[in-house]
Amino acid sequence: MNFLNNYIFYIGAFSLIFIGLYIVLVKKNLIKVIIGLNILDTGIYLFLISLGYITEGTAPIFSKYSLKAENMVDPVPQALVLTAIVIGVAILALAVTLAIKLYEHYGTLDLRKIKEQKW
Amino acid sequence: MVIILTILVLFMIVSAVAVLIFKDLMNAVIASCMISLIAAILFYCLQAPDVAMAEAAIGAALITGILVIAVKRTKRFEE
Amino acid sequence: MRKLIGILLLAIIAGGIVLSLKEIPFGIPKTKIGQHFIQKGIEETGSSNIVTSVVVGYRGFDTLGEITVLFTAAIGLGAVFGTYRKRKADIKAEPPSLIVDTGCRFLFPVILLVGAYIFFHGHITPGGGFQGGAIIASAFLLMYLGCMGKRIKDNTSKVIEVLGGVTFVGLGIIGLLIGKEFLFNFLPKGEPGTLLSAGIIPIIYIAIGLKVGSELSGIIDNLITKSQ
Repeated sequence: MNFLNNYIFYIGAFSLIFIGLYIVLVKKNLIKVIIGLNILDTGIYLFLISLGYITEGTAPIFSKYSLKAENMVDPVPQALVLTAIVIGVAILALAVTLAIKLYEHYGTLDLRKIKEQKW
Repeated sequence: MVIILTILVLFMIVSAVAVLIFKDLMNAVIASCMISLIAAILFYCLQAPDVAMAEAAIGAALITGILVIAVKRTKRFEE
Repeated sequence: MRKLIGILLLAIIAGGIVLSLKEIPFGIPKTKIGQHFIQKGIEETGSSNIVTSVVVGYRGFDTLGEITVLFTAAIGLGAVFGTYRKRKADIKAEPPSLIVDTGCRFLFPVILLVGAYIFFHGHITPGGGFQGGAIIASAFLLMYLGCMGKRIKDNTSKVIEVLGGVTFVGLGIIGLLIGKEFLFNFLPKGEPGTLLSAGIIPIIYIAIGLKVGSELSGIIDNLITKSQ
């Protein structure tokens, strides 16, 4: 129980990273590879935020109930992950349009068949 | 509290394995939406409300919408 | 064969990561700069939300880079669909029923109001420009899916997007013209916790919120309506 208490977030984050990596390495359909990239990104965000957590800490916002700086969580990883989430959605939108263009040109979304095409 | 967190992380891992296994691409998109929602809950439990709001708005609404439009304009099944 | 190589590679990486994860404790403060931002954040920038003061105040230049990446992705998307025509209405779709249509029209201004509230109060409560912009874009997605044939006007969304970006860079250049650094906080800081405080931070967040909202709506519009 003590082991679970300490490491449950790391286990969850790294499971997502490994499943995402496996989907990118093994699957043939291009849309599934894009979904796998998204899962890999979500795992990395979870890992970064769980690095900045302090036990029995509160959110880093000075509301009018607590105007003293007592025991707040680290705010720097949260700012980095906020930037990373927006960049992730931009990359996914561009990848999806390139996949649609590939489908209209080749007629299939299978990566093995697209690699074997001649000019 | 630890038991609730363990059950949530278990749901997330099961949804990720479901994305791997499903052959119908629409089902895979719905499973990836569930991963984003549970990640938003876990961000709140780690005392990060800004990141939870961003992940819920972007990951669960916009990314699912874009992926559904992508599946509609290409093939529906995996092979 | 490919699956076996994939599993073997991942097993080796997993073994290495599990061995090194025992050195990282969970729940202990690891860096010192976080403590400096928490203790000096209010008197140096004036905003009660420390994450906002890090994103726009201490690391404002990174936010400018992020907006550039989003802008480049939207331009790339418009360029790939450059020679396609716009469809007037969906050919193979049946029109939504009356309840769905009326519900979407009723919900649309409410969701816009919630999104605007979130990016106006970005320096007092959790929230900010990116979250509010995403909520505004999801309101437009609801209108595209629920009502038949309603589209956003191209010129309005382009003008709002350009004005948002120019405001952000213009505020930075005003800081340069005064004589100090780029993105210097030249407005008075006020009392922390009220709406008019924290200098130029609320103005930057309003510009970012409008820009991100119209950009993501433009991405959704390009994906749905353009076809050969």
